[in-house]
Amino acid sequence: MELDFEVISLPASDHPTEGETAPDFTRPLVNDEYWEDASLSAVTDEGPTLLLFHPMDGAFPTTYIWNEIDDRGFAEDIQVVGVSVSSPYEHKSLLKERAAEARLFSDPAADVAAEYGVENPLDGMTGITEHRPAAFLLDESRTVRYAWVADEWPAFPEYDEIEAAIDERV
Amino acid sequence: MSESDPQITLYRLQACPFCERVVRVLDELDLSYRSRFVEPMHADRDVVKRISGKRSVPAIVDEATGVTMSESANIVEYLTKTYGDGGAA
Repeated sequence: MELDFEVISLPASDHPTEGETAPDFTRPLVNDEYWEDASLSAVTDEGPTLLLFHPMDGAFPTTYIWNEIDDRGFAEDIQVVGVSVSSPYEHKSLLKERAAEARLFSDPAADVAAEYGVENPLDGMTGITEHRPAAFLLDESRTVRYAWVADEWPAFPEYDEIEAAIDERV
Repeated sequence: MSESDPQITLYRLQACPFCERVVRVLDELDLSYRSRFVEPMHADRDVVKRISGKRSVPAIVDEATGVTMSESANIVEYLTKTYGDGGAA
């Protein structure tokens, strides 16, 4: 029997690709104890970084994505930072449950999504644009070493590809 | 961390009037500072307890003088004495 469900195709995205420099930005960055304004460049200065855009905290893809990243232990090898429209308070709740050792940027207006070409205006939630699932592996100079952006919704990162890209960097 | 990082870190709670009092004095003295926002739940403020010995906010850490301090009245007095007209710094 064929299942009759819809996976939505998303328009082509104009995102940073391998070899390009990822745009810098400053947003509140939440860890398990506090949040403070931080720039992406301050994070990447500390070492290779997996920059992960994801849907709002609480959406099932967000839960699945972080569970998988936790299972694979990416944060044991490199810095992992997430970005979503959720508030610092919601990020704190997420960090209590999952995303071990990760830090989360709060980007409520999704301006960073626009900067990276990964916006996802939500049907049925008027006025809310969030981030489509996307993963960028950045080196210390914010050069993109690996990029994946969802071209349909829902979609999940290519974890094996990310893992291979991480293994090449560390 | 870059050279332009502020010397003063303020641990604060969103919408806490005692914290805003400290912010006003920092602004009046034209001091740059970084804000670290902590949890409303007192029991969850381990970072503040670790730096100051108490879980109350506001608390400041001043790298320039090595001072860590809580209680807004104390902080205001410290900032004014250290950085105000005729202050030590």
